[in-house]
Amino acid sequence: MKKLMKSLVTLITYVMAFIYFFPILWLFITSLKQEKDAAIIPPSFIFSPTFEHFHEIWNNGVAYYMLNSAIVAIASTFIALLLGVPAAYALALYRIKRSNDILFWFISTKFMPVAGVIIPLYLLFKSLNLLDTLSVLILVYAAMNMPLVLWMMRSFFKDIPYELIEASQVDGATGLNTFFKITLPLVKSGLISTILLSMVFAWNEFFFALSLTYTSAKTMPVYMTAFMTQEGLFWAKMSAASVFAIVPVLILGWFSQKQLVRGLTMGAVKG
Amino acid sequence: MKGVSKSVLAFLFLFGLILTACAPPEESSSEGANQGNKDHSDVTLTIATVNNPDMKSMQDLTSEFTDKTGIKVKYVVLPENELRKKVTEDVALGAGKFDIATIGTYDAPIWAKNKWLISLDDYFDKMSDEEKSNYDLDDIFAPIKNALSYNDHLYALPFYGESSMLYYNKDIMKAAGVSMPLHPTWQQVADAAVKIKEKTGKTGIVLRGLPGWGEMMAPLDTVINAFGGKWYDENWKAQLTNPQTEKAVQFYVDLLHKAGESGATSTGYTEALTLMSQGKAGMWYDATAGAGNLNDKDNSNIVGKVGYAYAPTADKKNTGWLYAWSLGIEKSSKHKAAAFKFLTWATSKDYVKLVGDKKGWVVAPPGTRKSTYENPDYKKAAPFADIVRDSLEHADYDHPTIDPVPYKGVQYVEIPEFSGLGTEVSQQIASAISGDKSVKSALAASQKLAEQAAEKGGYKK
Repeated sequence: MKKLMKSLVTLITYVMAFIYFFPILWLFITSLKQEKDAAIIPPSFIFSPTFEHFHEIWNNGVAYYMLNSAIVAIASTFIALLLGVPAAYALALYRIKRSNDILFWFISTKFMPVAGVIIPLYLLFKSLNLLDTLSVLILVYAAMNMPLVLWMMRSFFKDIPYELIEASQVDGATGLNTFFKITLPLVKSGLISTILLSMVFAWNEFFFALSLTYTSAKTMPVYMTAFMTQEGLFWAKMSAASVFAIVPVLILGWFSQKQLVRGLTMGAVKG
Repeated sequence: MKGVSKSVLAFLFLFGLILTACAPPEESSSEGANQGNKDHSDVTLTIATVNNPDMKSMQDLTSEFTDKTGIKVKYVVLPENELRKKVTEDVALGAGKFDIATIGTYDAPIWAKNKWLISLDDYFDKMSDEEKSNYDLDDIFAPIKNALSYNDHLYALPFYGESSMLYYNKDIMKAAGVSMPLHPTWQQVADAAVKIKEKTGKTGIVLRGLPGWGEMMAPLDTVINAFGGKWYDENWKAQLTNPQTEKAVQFYVDLLHKAGESGATSTGYTEALTLMSQGKAGMWYDATAGAGNLNDKDNSNIVGKVGYAYAPTADKKNTGWLYAWSLGIEKSSKHKAAAFKFLTWATSKDYVKLVGDKKGWVVAPPGTRKSTYENPDYKKAAPFADIVRDSLEHADYDHPTIDPVPYKGVQYVEIPEFSGLGTEVSQQIASAISGDKSVKSALAASQKLAEQAAEKGGYKK
């Protein structure tokens, strides 16, 4: 009976996993269809597969937009970490006046809807002549991900017993030494999951990218929407473009899944 | 643990390497050799456009323009709604990043009124006689020029135009034992649709049911006009609950229930085109621009089996709609003269011929010029040409309804509020199509919305 129960649970898990995975599978299948097969209702599984859409999208210069997205995601994450991690460290482990208010202020920057800030930002960047440059997206995404980095990293730093830091101080370590040699290695899993989340958010961001770029700094999500049209067939082409967009994230997630799960569940049992 | 982070780093490095190895592309563009006109050799135009098949051909052929004039062109391609937001943001906040915007007949007068576009009259006046006769402005269909004008000044040039018509699948019609006259009434269409459904089990008629002012509202508005209905009376009092409007909407909803496609509220132009081109439906009432797609061997299974009829009528004759995707010059453009050169290239007779020669006559931009419909190559490739020409030449843009109304526009009301209003009303009607509401209560709610829009817009005195 117990064995049966176990197999049943395993089966249900597989079914659930398949349901979660199905949209990605469907995306991939659609990208291999001819446009007329992709738009057919009800959808069919029987078709002659083709790689023409991948070919077309590659020739259309998808690599350039992926490069833009990659530069923006990596650089903005780097800046967000550079500023966010030391801040989180200080807020978690040092006694700072009104540290809770500071924390709340950071998270409160996320309260305002993006649509509410876009016009002032647009005007600001227009007068700085920064519209349609990668720098503008790097700056905006770094600011966008700062609260995330700060909150995540602060909770990881908080989990470190203060005694460890005291012990290192007793041994004569400087503040920086303690930070780089003791605390940072201890929150490595958390750091990696923060990096990944921050990068994924920057990689997928659409609204700012749409509003602040035109031709040179266009990123993947904006490029992908170009296929949507009211008067033509585009599902297969857009699916192929989406495959290009999700593959890097998928591979990155696959390589670091252990760290990601560990990072995200760190401190979860403490309640 | 070290292994994992190393692989992540290695992956990132490799990914970056692969990407940097790829040469940056030219933005769907055309930076060909610089010959000819030296005045423009350092000018790059930025054009905001949509990815409709005809615009795609324009992007592919732009290198010919660059070769001829030395003017380089970059495209920003976005879905229609995003494009509209982006261009209005650019022009209203004065960034001036776009030189040319792709807009519809609905937008042109509104944008002109907002001073977002420049009038093209001065530029035409400055043309030499030879250039004028080559371009031949009189060759463009008058109702379209009229729809693209504001206060008698022309603000955009049509890239391709459309009216509406009825398509039918000859094989399915034959199997159901029905025929269709060249000038059908809606009652004849409904009777045939029901018969097709009964006899063959296939969808009798495909009609758009997807909410949206440019989706479901377009064909439905022409039905409302046909039955004698209207959006407003002469005093801008909403008329969505008047008996003729209600009769028309009830007819549309009933027809979809009796003989329409399943899942009608998710069927827009693209889905409808697919159903028809896959041979799953007997009839389809929609844009004349669909004719090219139905005759395209790569995407259609019913090439050679399509019959064509004029937009169906009821109390009002001549109900076909009028729309044209057009190109206008943004007021904040820094290269207006070069932009005008592009406009007159992309909407010229020579461009139509270029598409015909390079891509095939069946996909030549339709619905803008009389000369296209006099071209034997086009007439041969497009058996529907005469109906389209006639529908476009006689489209009732200024007097769309039986009773006089204070607005222009056949399948829309030419006021800025309509894009929001039309979409909200279509959502109400979609609830009637899906059976959540009666047509009466959907229209009662719509009436209130229309009243509010008229008051908000300051039309109602």
